Amino acid sequence: MFYYLLSITICALIISFIFDKNKTIMALKIAYKKFMNILPAFLIMLILVSIVLFLVPDKMIVNYLGTKNSFFSVTLASIFGSITLMPGFIAYPLCGILLKKGVSYMVLAAFTTTLMMVGVLSYPVEKEYFGAKVTIIRNLISFIISIIVAIAIGFFFGELI
Amino acid sequence: MNKQNNFIKITFIVLYFIFIVASFVMNFQPGKQIGLNFTIFAIEMLKILPCAFILIGLFEVWVKKEKVEKHLGKGSGMMSYFWVILLAGTTVGGLYVAFPVAYSLFKKGAKLSVIFTYLGASGICRIPMTIFEASFMGIKFSIIRLLVSIPLVIFSSILLGNYLENKNYAIQMKGEL
Repeated sequence: MFYYLLSITICALIISFIFDKNKTIMALKIAYKKFMNILPAFLIMLILVSIVLFLVPDKMIVNYLGTKNSFFSVTLASIFGSITLMPGFIAYPLCGILLKKGVSYMVLAAFTTTLMMVGVLSYPVEKEYFGAKVTIIRNLISFIISIIVAIAIGFFFGELI
Repeated sequence: MNKQNNFIKITFIVLYFIFIVASFVMNFQPGKQIGLNFTIFAIEMLKILPCAFILIGLFEVWVKKEKVEKHLGKGSGMMSYFWVILLAGTTVGGLYVAFPVAYSLFKKGAKLSVIFTYLGASGICRIPMTIFEASFMGIKFSIIRLLVSIPLVIFSSILLGNYLENKNYAIQMKGEL
């Protein structure tokens, strides 16, 4: 994934440089300025992630999502998904394990969808760009969409009675 | 107010790093674990962010405002949602990469409903991630998830976009033109 992104970036830079040297230098300046501008917010996000992942380790997620009460598990899964932040290559293998342990598709849908769409921990970054109010509204909407997705998955997999 | 906020942020960051270093010196296990978590995620982001910002920089100098306005701006139709979901599909990383991209798109004249669709879609429609998901959860899971969530994302984005446009909301980041 990283090499794919890196090679695209390098190719784009070379092509841009061939066409217009000055514009390319300007693009790099813009990139640097924008990156530095948002860096403090990213640092705060990373700090929050490191603390929350310590407080809510993978094991805890595994232990809590397997409960029989599906309403309770979906709620808990969507809360876990909202407050944690992990890349897909960690999240999906984890879900694969949970699936084998008997956790329902509905609960996993709630977990992965909130994980990808709702970002409590990325709030410091999102707020810098879009302001606090819009950030909160967007995350609330995303949370509701995730719950609807989970219910739909539960319905199509015959987990809802 | 702003200065005070910055001061709090910097103090918080500095205290955190003192805590991490102290934990390693005094062999405090929870602190070491937190420091390790930080390092893992920092490396993960440093792999993606510099490339992402360089591409954003290139986008800003090369892509004309009129082009973005025409295809993703106020006059554009339903196709604009298609284009922006396609763009979101190729986004790597996660939401945190999508925010600066969305911001640049907005500055180039994309309408708000398109911006929110982009943000939602870069959560749920990333192609590499979806392939990964399908291999662990099954293709049926991925298809249902996409079919249910994409219309909801577009619909809610249009509602939110129109609501904010009526209120003359403008995205403006501090310290940026």
